[in-house]
Amino acid sequence: IMCASAKYNTRGPALIPRMKTKHRIYYITLFSIVLLGLIATGMFQFWPHSIESSSDWTVEKRSVHDVPVVKLPADSPIPERGDLSCRMHTCFDVYRCGFNPKNKIKVYIYSLKKYVDEYGTLVSNTISREYNELLTAISDSEFYTDDVNRACLFVPSIDVLNQNALRIKETAQALAQLSRWARGTNHLLFNMLPGGPPDYNTALDVPRDRALLAGGGFSTWTYRQGYDVSIPVYSPLSGEVELPERGPGPRRYFILSSQMALHPEYRLELETLQAENGESVLILDKCSNLSDGVPAVRKRCYKNQVFDYPQVLQESTFCVVLRGARLGQAVLSDVLQAGCVPVIIADSYILPFSEVLDWKRASVVIPEEKMPEMYSILQSIPQRQIEEMQRQARWFWEAYFRSMKAIALATLQIINDRIYPYAAISYEEWNDPPAVKWSSVSNPLFLPLIPPQSQGFTAVVLTYDRVESLFRVITEVSKVPSLSKLLVVWNNQNKNPPEDSLWPKIRVPLKVVRTAENKLSNRFFPYDEIETEAVLAIDDDIIMLTSDELQFGYEVWREFPDRLVGYPGRLHLWDHEMNKWKYESEWTNEVSMVLTGAAFYHKYFNYLYTYKMPGDIKNWVDAHMNCEDIAMNFLVANVTGKSVIKVTPRKKFKCPECTAIDGLSLDQTHMVERSECINKFASVFGTMPLKVVEHRADPVLYKDDFPEKLKSFPNIGSL
Amino acid sequence: MQTRKKYIFLTFLASWLLLFFFGGDQLRRFAFFSGRKAEARRNWPRWTDRTLLRSFADPEELQRDGDPSLLSPRERRAARLSVHRSSGCRMETCFDFSRCERHGFKVFTYPPEPGQPVSETYGKILSSLERSRYHTPNPKEACLFILSIDTLDRDHLSGQYIRNVDEKIRGFPLWNGGRNHLIFNLYSGTWPSYTGELGFDIGQAILAKASFDTQSFRPGFDVSIPLFSKEHPQRGGDGGRLRRDSVPPRKKYLLVFKGKRYLTGIGSGTRNALHHIHNGKDIISLTTCKHGKDWEKHKDTRCDKDNVDYERFDYQELLHNSTFCIVPRGRRLGSFRFLEALQAACIPVLLSDGWELPFAEAIDWGKAAVVGSERLLLQIPSAVRCIHPERVLAFQQQTQFLWDAYFSSVDKIVHTTLEIIKDRLSPHRSRSRFLWNALPGGLLVLPDFSTHLGDFPFYYLQHGYSPSKKFTALIRAVSQAGSLSQPILRLIQAVSASQYCAQIVVLWSCEKPPPPSGKWPQSAVPLTIIQGRRKLSDRFFPFEAIQTDAVLSLDEDTSLSTSEVDFAFLVWLSFPEHIVGFPTQSHFWDAEQGRWGYTSKWTNELSIVLTAAAFYHRYYHSLFTEYLPAGLRELVDGLAACEDILMNVLVAAVTKLPPIKVTQRKQHKEGVARPAECGDGAAGTPRPGQRSPPAPHSAPAEAKGTAGSRRFSQRQDCLNQLADWFGYMPLVSSQLRLDPVLFKDQVSVLRKKYPSLER
Repeated sequence: IMCASAKYNTRGPALIPRMKTKHRIYYITLFSIVLLGLIATGMFQFWPHSIESSSDWTVEKRSVHDVPVVKLPADSPIPERGDLSCRMHTCFDVYRCGFNPKNKIKVYIYSLKKYVDEYGTLVSNTISREYNELLTAISDSEFYTDDVNRACLFVPSIDVLNQNALRIKETAQALAQLSRWARGTNHLLFNMLPGGPPDYNTALDVPRDRALLAGGGFSTWTYRQGYDVSIPVYSPLSGEVELPERGPGPRRYFILSSQMALHPEYRLELETLQAENGESVLILDKCSNLSDGVPAVRKRCYKNQVFDYPQVLQESTFCVVLRGARLGQAVLSDVLQAGCVPVIIADSYILPFSEVLDWKRASVVIPEEKMPEMYSILQSIPQRQIEEMQRQARWFWEAYFRSMKAIALATLQIINDRIYPYAAISYEEWNDPPAVKWSSVSNPLFLPLIPPQSQGFTAVVLTYDRVESLFRVITEVSKVPSLSKLLVVWNNQNKNPPEDSLWPKIRVPLKVVRTAENKLSNRFFPYDEIETEAVLAIDDDIIMLTSDELQFGYEVWREFPDRLVGYPGRLHLWDHEMNKWKYESEWTNEVSMVLTGAAFYHKYFNYLYTYKMPGDIKNWVDAHMNCEDIAMNFLVANVTGKSVIKVTPRKKFKCPECTAIDGLSLDQTHMVERSECINKFASVFGTMPLKVVEHRADPVLYKDDFPEKLKSFPNIGSL
Repeated sequence: MQTRKKYIFLTFLASWLLLFFFGGDQLRRFAFFSGRKAEARRNWPRWTDRTLLRSFADPEELQRDGDPSLLSPRERRAARLSVHRSSGCRMETCFDFSRCERHGFKVFTYPPEPGQPVSETYGKILSSLERSRYHTPNPKEACLFILSIDTLDRDHLSGQYIRNVDEKIRGFPLWNGGRNHLIFNLYSGTWPSYTGELGFDIGQAILAKASFDTQSFRPGFDVSIPLFSKEHPQRGGDGGRLRRDSVPPRKKYLLVFKGKRYLTGIGSGTRNALHHIHNGKDIISLTTCKHGKDWEKHKDTRCDKDNVDYERFDYQELLHNSTFCIVPRGRRLGSFRFLEALQAACIPVLLSDGWELPFAEAIDWGKAAVVGSERLLLQIPSAVRCIHPERVLAFQQQTQFLWDAYFSSVDKIVHTTLEIIKDRLSPHRSRSRFLWNALPGGLLVLPDFSTHLGDFPFYYLQHGYSPSKKFTALIRAVSQAGSLSQPILRLIQAVSASQYCAQIVVLWSCEKPPPPSGKWPQSAVPLTIIQGRRKLSDRFFPFEAIQTDAVLSLDEDTSLSTSEVDFAFLVWLSFPEHIVGFPTQSHFWDAEQGRWGYTSKWTNELSIVLTAAAFYHRYYHSLFTEYLPAGLRELVDGLAACEDILMNVLVAAVTKLPPIKVTQRKQHKEGVARPAECGDGAAGTPRPGQRSPPAPHSAPAEAKGTAGSRRFSQRQDCLNQLADWFGYMPLVSSQLRLDPVLFKDQVSVLRKKYPSLER
């Protein structure tokens, strides 16, 4: 199958031991040769690309002025006007895109030409700086193809960013003569300033038939939802002015308006607002008496005060973005860059990239009629939310507004997501700023479900050679009513497991899995034999747990299926002297980990441990033969953001006389090693995900003055 | 293995490695040298003079967009209004916002027309509207109007088609050209073209219609609703079918379809091709030609064999045992299949080009369904095969969430429609897309409470917030004495000593005025007294005074120690969406009586935490007061001992999880019935200090005199009435209690942080 996804094994270590040893090595070798071959071929394929850009000789040096000239006869065909009923399924030829393993559309760019009419007059500016940047970005991206036959999307090099800079009829003729035009099917045009005086249409007036339009000023009437893409109007100031991100905190003005060409009626309304609310509202206008040489676009004035633009935007909490003659305004980009929350007053305007961006998180949209209420509306927004909106606004600018490249790639990604919806980028990826992505978790088991009790759990016992103790554990665990299967992971390659007849006879199926290598991670492999959601990981020397305790643990897990629910509790502490984390196994009032020597958890975490463990933790654990349980605690806490649940008072697990720190754990070096593990994992995860809590779970009537025989789990309570 | 073979392989391996490391470089140059140059030329050129190119618009042009001599904004709005009368309706042109300003978002349903029966489904829609908290009987207050004429079935061949709608509508004085009206429709158009034709002029009314196509849909104005059957439950509704998150999440079949194959007519393009993807193994796609009266006329060679195969599989069996379900268009764009698949956690693979998906304005369908293209049917099998298991698991869970939040009953469908329209009225006080698509769903999140995610108990982890580390204690005082009772003084002292207590609010629910401020004990935290209205539901009113996320709800005679409060609060911080409290009770299904039973006996389970001593998030006050319909609160006020059950039911309905019990000191006080009202010494919730109930077998255990039994039966009635109102029993049982880590362990008391809890 040609899936791009890395298919994960359904069979793990267990597969290999089942074959005869002779064949096994044969296959392993053959496999590694094939693999090596593949790697080598792969490297040949991809190596050259990575070093390409550095070598200058590959890039051709030509001037825009040298591009070929194309003469358009006066009677050359003109495309139909844009078709308002176009949707992806009616006007887009999806067969051109096909099924491809990478789920990426291929985009072709027509080569640059200079178009002249019959009299040799230029049809438009050959290409603007921004459109050149945009095409360069596409050409450098993964979407680009130079093979016109493989392309799914065609981008003309005819620059229609600004309708006022071109001749409409002739531009349309130039489009129509493109080699693959075919009524504009699968052609994408970028336009930021549509319409012209006097009525300023909200979409490009150039007849374009079925072409898709990435436009910067759509209204709900001209925007073909799911077909066109609404893009920002790029502000060249983005490239010129550095505005460092400003942290949260009070700003001098509450509302600021910086637009110069406001309709007098709007200006009047804003000035009323200013009169009512005093100094917190600042309404700027163009400066009337600037000395020569000062660029007017970088200054704003209020009465005699002169302000630098766009820097002044950073002084305000909210910045008004009013419609002008057009709906799309370049000032939106400046406002976002300044981390000022845009107050958008432009009825029926389709906000940039509204198909994927959640503008409610970054802006306030106010109907034009409610302009007089603006102040009170904005006042009602909680301060914490304002700070988030400021952060969000800045993030939108950084990700989708700051350069023509960002605009181009976001546009192509949106179209890509429509064609391969099952590989589409999620809401969170589009909208969450890095700080949120970093501090938040998305629990893979988010649905609140209490799994049915009847399902039971699968006990997985990792063992090496302690057969006697193992059999005792098996016998004890088999008494638990909800046990549905027992899996023994035989981690000893030098010794065969005991014969079938020697194993304890128990009421549930018992399976032995032999592993290929003595690795600790074998205990967390998502074996197919585990058919239940719940897994009980138990060491082969944990003989003290009673059937009631285990059954109760399972019931607790059912109420918290996305957590580690276990018996031996441990704690991590910050060692102020050493300035690092420390492992604590004393009996403390707090827990942050439960050891997987005896713990219930969801099988999903086996899958995560085996295939999604960050960094080199998995190998590190296998190499050190230690800390697999700590790694599991980190993994689960990191993905769910939740604490573990320690169940029952039990603290001794191996023998009644043992102290809490028994066997292996007594060793001082062992403790040091465990502390090392915590520090290592914290650095790999880049954070300390473990949560410290002060509670444990006991049965409702634990130690209550109540007849023991009526309690569900009477046999609980000893240490 | 033989040594010889081993060496051969080793050599082989080594030569590969050698070839790669040493020969690689030459090989690469040889093979790619020419290719590279050509490729470079085909890329977009780096123009030598690219920095000299002119900008697409000079800055002046961008900043001074348009000239002020243009139409004034008001004129422009008026012009738009006249151009886009009805076909291009948008909220700002066709909806009169001013109607909603004075009384808020109120919905009026026309009184039933005499002699004009409505279908069962429309009856359900009307009753959902009437059950809505926005309903008003007064048309003058209304912002949105709904006709009493059944407009659901507009297929004029159908028996339920109502004639002369135009004429009737014109007779309504409130019609006003359809302005601010909402019209529901499930079936429009008829054979053979099944267009969106409704058979009457809707004017400027908003259309809430199933099977909406994107071209006639007026974005931001109309609402696309799902197609649902007339058996769809009025309220509550069955839960989703996903009971467990299996890993790997694959089910027996990968992809299934079982349905009609249209041989001709609209929709036949897709339906006629579905059989191609059938592989008999993990993809089952079965079609039958049998439908309509004259199917045999159009019969082709496949029909007979297909019909035989068709009978071999059961639709329900396929639905519940498949990972993905194909949901193709029928004659119309939407189908019942869609909701069926959603409920069954069978991820819908939509093959219905141009369908405006239900509630797409709010719901992000990309998280719960695969939106396929009819034209790419043959790619569907490989496409769904390639979806990562994690994503499949997420898809499955999302189908269940969406089903439960927006679709499982007519109530939910109608209320979602209303909320979507309400959100448009004030964009700054509306739900973000995130809220609609995350648990517990948009209906349970009130933007009037806050628009900040951190103010709700549900999103702490998803957005990296944490609840504030302080709580407000809310004590309900009902004692009739003019002076303060001993228990309340002790309680104030204990609670205010907690390091996490921010303030104490006393809700004085007594006719007599509260004692003057000098009589109240001096405490380290501010103490506020609020004069209550003597209603039981009053204790869950969202008082302005409560500013912390956590509320500790207390009765005046509750007895708690500081360390109990501290410990419980720390537990609440780990479970901020739950109710965390001390005394508990439980419910059970009484099979004999065929109703829900309730018990306050000591049991091994719990499902209700008494709000006489419980922590919960302050948002639940708003939900209780704003979200629940007034009728339900009146019920509670009438029943005297039910408000805490309603709170528990509400929170359980929101979270789907049981409450949390924390440990409490042993107390042996006589349970004295607590007065719920001043002077009335009979009713009230059982006192929390009461930890010595009668022996569990001495039935009827609850009957401690007549007052006790009356209270008991009232609570049982309450439970049943609530279950009826919600349409199901939301309460969930738990078998655990949370204790301090070293609780009652045989270790030195000095090691324990909460030794006093063990006394």
